[in-house]
Amino acid sequence: MVEFSLPANSKVLPGKTHKAPAGAKKVKTFALYRFDPDSGKNPRLDRYEIDLEACGPMVLDALIKIKNEIDPTVTFRRSCREGICGSCAMNIDGTNTLACLKPIEEIKGEAKIYPLPHMPVIKDLVADLSVPYAQYTAIKPWLQADSAPPPDGERRQSPKEREKLDGLWECILCFCCQTSCPSYWWNGDRYLGPSILLQAYRWLVDSRDELTGERLDELDDPYRLYRCHTILNCTNTCPKGLNPGQAIGSIKQMIAARR
Amino acid sequence: MTSLRSPLGHARGLGSAKEGVAHWWAQRLTAVALVPLCLWFVISVIRLAGADLPVLQGWLASPGNAALMVLLILAVFHHAQLGLQVVIEDYVHCEAKKIVGIVAVKFLAAVLAVFLVLSVIKIGFGV
Repeated sequence: MVEFSLPANSKVLPGKTHKAPAGAKKVKTFALYRFDPDSGKNPRLDRYEIDLEACGPMVLDALIKIKNEIDPTVTFRRSCREGICGSCAMNIDGTNTLACLKPIEEIKGEAKIYPLPHMPVIKDLVADLSVPYAQYTAIKPWLQADSAPPPDGERRQSPKEREKLDGLWECILCFCCQTSCPSYWWNGDRYLGPSILLQAYRWLVDSRDELTGERLDELDDPYRLYRCHTILNCTNTCPKGLNPGQAIGSIKQMIAARR
Repeated sequence: MTSLRSPLGHARGLGSAKEGVAHWWAQRLTAVALVPLCLWFVISVIRLAGADLPVLQGWLASPGNAALMVLLILAVFHHAQLGLQVVIEDYVHCEAKKIVGIVAVKFLAAVLAVFLVLSVIKIGFGV
């Protein structure tokens, strides 16, 4: 059956509190999920009090400040700090989002930060994403065509055809939607999940792709596609404002249309 | 995590079933059919509230009412077993329990539907 409570060795215990420096004017507490698989201990919630007067505006700024100035053992992924690389996806204040795009001001009270939900944790805020990456590979996310490309240039596409890719190409594969989906939590081994299906749709509507039928064959499956029950956590949580729920609905329509 | 199979091997698994749309379509179709059928049923029950048994039997014996009742029964149980199958597939991960659960749901739905349809026919023929 589905696991509704955490196994004993995954229960989150209270951790250390790092007090704000003396003279701090605007103190904000960040509660961070800490887990070190090498220690053999349960995960814990460490609290870090920081002075917002001496910190950038985003949650990622606070995380970097904590790592640089208070506790260098805090582990998280980050790179571009402007919402384009998708590395700093995590669960902040109960919602999956990008730490670099989440203003600290939007969080009332203590800021609780956990890794992306229902994924194996490598360390602290770093989730193991090898399953979604493999699922992404499985949908063949590249242009497939039997016709040879024109010898004198690229494969052409009308502006109208190109428009169909808007709202899809912007996906940065941060997996905020993927790991917010209860269907993906319960059946992530077989259900492809919202981000992979949005990517699959991106190739299904690309006018230059010629293997649409084969792609639909691969998706027409009770688990791969039809585990989506339009819960729409995906669309609610997407930090880029995209609509994976709509993309999945469109795939279902395409499969129904070819019957 | 004892398996050393590659993540891509896991993701591809046994491949696509290449079916699933029929189930999804039937669920939507029965849902749409149930909107007018349920409305008709609720209105009928209200109108027949407090009626004597012969009145009720006479009502159900008319071909129009009998036909709508049979359609309602078929749509309800078809829709119910499709939906319950999805719930079991979602939450039950032991393969044996899953199969037993789905088969039980489908058998129960079939038995109840046949029983109720026969009851309508019996009243219709007045046997």
